[in-house]
Amino acid sequence: MIEYLVEPFAFPFMIRALVAAVLAAAVCPVVGTYVVLRGMAFLGDALAHSILPGVAVGYLVGRGDRSTVLWWALGTAAGAALVMGAVARRARLKEDTAIGIVLAAMFALGIALISSVRGYAVDLTHFLFGNVLAVRAQELWLIGGLAGGVLLTVALFHRELVVASFDPVLAVNLRLPVRALHNLLLLLVAATVVLSLQVVGVALTLALLVTPPATGYLLARRLRHMMGVGVAAGVLSAVSGIYLSYYTGIATGPSIVLVATGIFVLTLFLSPRRRAFLYR
Amino acid sequence: MSRGKVCHVPGAAAVEAVGLTVHYQGSVALENVHLRLEPGDHLAVLGPNGAGKSTFLKAVAGVVSPAAGELRVYGHRPRGHICIAYLPQRNAVDWSFPVTVREVVAMGRVGRLLPWQRLRPADLTRVDKALAQVGLAPLAGRQIGELSGGEQQRMFIARALVQEAELILLDEPLAGLDATTQDEILRLAGELAEATVLVSMHELGIARDRFPQVLLLNRRVVALGPPEKVFTAAHLREAYGGALQLVRTVDGAFVVGDSCPREEPKS
Repeated sequence: MIEYLVEPFAFPFMIRALVAAVLAAAVCPVVGTYVVLRGMAFLGDALAHSILPGVAVGYLVGRGDRSTVLWWALGTAAGAALVMGAVARRARLKEDTAIGIVLAAMFALGIALISSVRGYAVDLTHFLFGNVLAVRAQELWLIGGLAGGVLLTVALFHRELVVASFDPVLAVNLRLPVRALHNLLLLLVAATVVLSLQVVGVALTLALLVTPPATGYLLARRLRHMMGVGVAAGVLSAVSGIYLSYYTGIATGPSIVLVATGIFVLTLFLSPRRRAFLYR
Repeated sequence: MSRGKVCHVPGAAAVEAVGLTVHYQGSVALENVHLRLEPGDHLAVLGPNGAGKSTFLKAVAGVVSPAAGELRVYGHRPRGHICIAYLPQRNAVDWSFPVTVREVVAMGRVGRLLPWQRLRPADLTRVDKALAQVGLAPLAGRQIGELSGGEQQRMFIARALVQEAELILLDEPLAGLDATTQDEILRLAGELAEATVLVSMHELGIARDRFPQVLLLNRRVVALGPPEKVFTAAHLREAYGGALQLVRTVDGAFVVGDSCPREEPKS
């Protein structure tokens, strides 16, 4: 039994993959808790897809250097976050329509850029679905730094973010900078998207952002418990997903996401309190 | 955090509207409203559905901006006052949000702390006192969805106390409550003697019995003053139009209300 657990980590790249996956899966649910409570899942998904052009430019500029890609991704994600906020405010469209337009346009632009490179198909797949087994030590530092930054920011502004999420009118009356807090949250989502870019990729980031906190929502009655359960579910998914991927040969990103979904579905059916029935 | 901070102008009206016009979702919700309320006034805001009661309270709270005219709270625009408490309609609140009663009440202190500051002992004492005052101390640890309708209103009143609010806006706090619970909420609102209190509601009888001042709205101010002066057949007909019928019987006058919302006025 022990052998089965230890065997995958005889390879250094597997250890790096594990560290990267655990970091991403631990940080995403923290930010994802706000995303779930504010009903921003679509915005989060759009943000994830919108970083593709940044990834492409970084890829072209850095000639394949992964750190350059991450920096460009971070810049684009931050930019896209603020543009979406502005578009939603200014366009006299429903917010989800505005978000959808930006999402599709940015995604198309990203694929167009990547397709201009010969042999793009393999790389595109990596950006879309992650390639955690290829994480290098240098990228781990960047991922770790981002994770630390996100957690520190959340720790500082948690109370304000909770008030703005629960009761926006109260936030206004308490003189909280409501728009700045909203933008801060978008930037936090952007940072987590970049964090998980290598682990689950652009297309599946939403799963780490939303599924584990949703599991927490089913089990917890207090916000910090929801976050805690979310982080636990995320980390469990990351570790189990890597084993599943190693022994069955399926891609790591989707493997992690499927485990996270499995945990959510199990919770939904086995949750002792059946929250959904308690509070309609 | 001192951004947009304002101080009260001595002697200023608690709420003063001059030609206030507010648009809501593309139509005119309030038009050319003039009124003046003194500090300490307790006022019931009445009118048919779509009359702009809720919009008026939200404009005073500073969350919707006037399209024209001016609105001043203690001499300043509403935004920037930390002393305004808006108590939301119950159906506007996400009751499954994972917070406890105590945590919601403590939110009233957030604007007075820097982001990384913890609640001070004095803040916690204030929270406990407010919970006791509204009779929610035993339920402080409950998730908010576990409260009854009346308890939910009391929780928000406690939050307004903790906020040290001087202008308290209750948006249809009586909706969906039984008579005993309504009574309890009104008693608590009445205890806020030093604060200026605005309560939007549908119940004309309760407003007449319990409030020294009433405001009858129908996009414009129909009448403002003591109930006996405001509740006249002419005013009520003007406010409610076809939605209300006065029937004279041997026992006195009866008002038959139509509870169905009217067509929203097109602008």
